[in-house]
Amino acid sequence: MSKIEIKNVYKIFGNNPQSVMPMVKDGANKEEVLEQTGHTVGLDNVSLNIEEGETFVCMGLSGSGKSTLIRHLNRLIDPTDGEILVEGTNVMSFNKEQLIDFRRHKMSMVFQRFGLFPHKTVLQNVGYGLEMQGKPEDERDRTAMEKIEAVGLTGFENQFPNQLSGGMQQRVGLARALATDSDIMLMDEAFSALDPLIRSDMQKQLLDLQSELKKTIVFITHDLDESLRLGDHIGILNAGKLVQVGTPVDIIMNPADDYVKAFVKDVNRAKVIKAKVVMKKTEEANDIDKSNLIKVNEDQFIEEFLPQIVCSNSNCEVVDKSGNVKGYISNKELQTSLTKS
Amino acid sequence: MDIKKNKKLFFNIGLLVFFVWLLIISYSSSKRKPENVGELLNDFSWLQKWPKWLDLPLMKWINVGFKKLNETYGFIFEAINNFLLAMLMALKNFLILAPWPAVVLGVTVIAYFASGRKIRTTVFVGFCTFFIGFLHPIFWQKAIETTAIMLISIFLCLVFGMPVGILMSRAERIRNKILPVLDLMQTIPAFVYLIPGIMLFGLGAVPAIIATFIYAVPPLVRLTDLGIRLVDKEVIEAADAFGASKKQKLWGVQMPLALPNIMQGINQCTMMALSMVVIASMIGTRGLGDEVLLGLQQLNVGRAAEAGIAIVLLAIVLDRITQSYGETLQERRAPEKKKGK
Repeated sequence: MSKIEIKNVYKIFGNNPQSVMPMVKDGANKEEVLEQTGHTVGLDNVSLNIEEGETFVCMGLSGSGKSTLIRHLNRLIDPTDGEILVEGTNVMSFNKEQLIDFRRHKMSMVFQRFGLFPHKTVLQNVGYGLEMQGKPEDERDRTAMEKIEAVGLTGFENQFPNQLSGGMQQRVGLARALATDSDIMLMDEAFSALDPLIRSDMQKQLLDLQSELKKTIVFITHDLDESLRLGDHIGILNAGKLVQVGTPVDIIMNPADDYVKAFVKDVNRAKVIKAKVVMKKTEEANDIDKSNLIKVNEDQFIEEFLPQIVCSNSNCEVVDKSGNVKGYISNKELQTSLTKS
Repeated sequence: MDIKKNKKLFFNIGLLVFFVWLLIISYSSSKRKPENVGELLNDFSWLQKWPKWLDLPLMKWINVGFKKLNETYGFIFEAINNFLLAMLMALKNFLILAPWPAVVLGVTVIAYFASGRKIRTTVFVGFCTFFIGFLHPIFWQKAIETTAIMLISIFLCLVFGMPVGILMSRAERIRNKILPVLDLMQTIPAFVYLIPGIMLFGLGAVPAIIATFIYAVPPLVRLTDLGIRLVDKEVIEAADAFGASKKQKLWGVQMPLALPNIMQGINQCTMMALSMVVIASMIGTRGLGDEVLLGLQQLNVGRAAEAGIAIVLLAIVLDRITQSYGETLQERRAPEKKKGK
């Protein structure tokens, strides 16, 4: 069973969403529906599974419905049709109290513009989720201090959010989400409002934290590089439709349609593709010139050994961790794998 | 769509029928109508000058209604009257019996804390308070009477106005119903609701309190509503996402963040209450207003001017206290970045 299952979810914004449902189910696209009925299609038959402990990145341009999708998971927005199962329970079946309880314990969220409480100190902000859980104040402060330390903000706990820089504010947001100790973390364009250096810093921090905590993270972004770096799986949304779901390599190597192709066109493939993806297996690699070989690990990214190959004009021998030869990459194949579109 | 159109049509037809019914009623109840309707068709002189029979007997209805109201529900109004009067008397007697230096000092201390320990504001307010009595010894007691009526009215405004504002911020439908009522309360000339006040409560302070309440409550309601709705949407979403209940959201997030706006509302409310209390001297309410009135009646420019200045001083004192409290609140909630950091 997947941690989160989204089954045929539709979301239509407008006065009378139900009346438009048959039309949308018949396959009318976003523009047609808007023109004929004045309703906006937010999500159009989205189904996907998110496994426990993985980082699922949901990607798309603005208006593609990605923020709408993430808000369905904790029901900040209710779907027009479809089911959302979290650990096998349909979140639509919750009544008010159950929903509040669910939000307090199962999920936490990080927001694009941080969503911090300006009238509370950093410490109070981080402890907010615990306050909602009804934890006593000393326990709240202790846990909050731990998380503040984990995101590297020790010494700032008594400041107010607007005394901090953007990057620091988002760290507070991250600490607040971590403090509740929920299994699932929703991150809505969490790093999009930060400048590139700080963004890359925060991505690294998230990866480090994730390698320890193994939470289920649903991450929304419009930045492909970010999604490739963070995601175990990536789902690409276009105009409310899920176009492709797959691992980063899948997306790069086999884009499902022109939209995804356009997306991945400018990506630095060398950063994403590992040696084992492009190698030819030993049995099939008889025609490769084996006189001039450089050994690379199968899990290395192309980027890491590319300069060496280019300078020495040699071929690669791909080995696994214990040194067994797994396959070969010829100079030419390397070239094509990096330029193929 | 069809049902909607029909509904509108029926509604319009209903309005037309109502209008015709009003015409018939006003014609038949008029004493100055021609002996039979046929005359109207022979003699068209009624088209030139507004005919005496085309007169809606609203005045009669209201008078009859008021009489009935007074007869059947008089005890309710009497209870309200006694309650308000008791409150007013307690407050007034307390302030009048207290030695005047103590009152001046008290106001100064309040100003000191409300302004966040600003010496300038405090001294200024202290001097203004002193000058009210200094202008004319009798003004001291009159100013206290005026202030007491105002404070009771403002208390009523807070008790009734804030909950209404909160309700309005929650539901569009309620807001759409209440907004026109607020407009009405502000546009009906103040004198007009002094009269029903007198009819129900008799001459004196209580109708003044009621009229002041009606006149001064709209800005508080509006600014409470506005303040709550202006709270950053993402901050509200954050509270929701962490499982805040409606009550926790209101008192923990919305109200604290709306407080600067609400304080502005209380400030507006205070100023309008003062102007109304002055007007209320026309119906025999004692206070600074009746000094102005006396000055006018005796053609004593000096006396009227002195009283006018006293009113201005009182306004300054009240404005400084409420205004600076709002400002200090805002500073505390949103402290500026520390300089040189």
